[in-house]
Amino acid sequence: MTALQIIFLISAGVILVSAVMVVTTRNMVHAALWLVATLFGVAVIFAVLEAGFLAVVQVVIYIGAIAIMFIFAVMLTSREMRDKGPQMNQRAWLAGIVGVLIFGSLVLLLSTWDGFNVLPSAIGDTDTLKLLGNALLQPSAYLLPFEVASVLLLAALVGAVYVASNRN
Amino acid sequence: MIPLSWFLLLSAALFSIGLFGVMARKNAVAILLSVELMLNSVNINLVAFWRYGNIAQMSGQVFAIIVFAVAAAEVAVGLALVISVYRRFNTVVADEIDLMKW
Repeated sequence: MTALQIIFLISAGVILVSAVMVVTTRNMVHAALWLVATLFGVAVIFAVLEAGFLAVVQVVIYIGAIAIMFIFAVMLTSREMRDKGPQMNQRAWLAGIVGVLIFGSLVLLLSTWDGFNVLPSAIGDTDTLKLLGNALLQPSAYLLPFEVASVLLLAALVGAVYVASNRN
Repeated sequence: MIPLSWFLLLSAALFSIGLFGVMARKNAVAILLSVELMLNSVNINLVAFWRYGNIAQMSGQVFAIIVFAVAAAEVAVGLALVISVYRRFNTVVADEIDLMKW
């Protein structure tokens, strides 16, 4: 077993355990902090996949912005958060069955696919960050979707400010 | 060398956990947290397919970046709605917000 595989298994364990904690823990602040652990694990997975830029972006945007925003929201709505009645629906068992079924059918479907156990080709000295920048800013590549995404983000933020503002 | 299957199984498991959270949790903020888990599993898939496919074709990473932007937009709007609902109904339990239920 190589070092890369050990790193992968450790971070996969961290991701899955903390993801289960996110969906089961009662205290919402703890759930948000477990989400941070999950996001760190995903950043490590990105680094294992040799997408270093995405690993950094994952830490900066997901953990630095999105998870912190969750913690703010939890604290702004905290009156009913803790230990008051069950945190799950009455039909949570049904949700569990659906989750297990989806996972099982995904595994079944993927295991019949030829490329399931394919190994990665060597990256060599390809500058993937340069390729990514070119792909994002070339009109013949992904310039238009990139700009549409930024307009979407701007519109969503303006809408969020409008929805959350207290107009009284 | 890690085979592609490990990443796909990890992301399938993470997606299923997120799906369970979306369907089972009562708290609206917890539902948004679970949606984040599902988006992250999608990102793992996209980047893994980029790495195991043609390296020079950057679609996987570009789509992962677009997923980042959409996730940020989704969280901003979702949390604004939750805060607005909390201000009006004094609850964030999804079952009790049934103003539009017929």
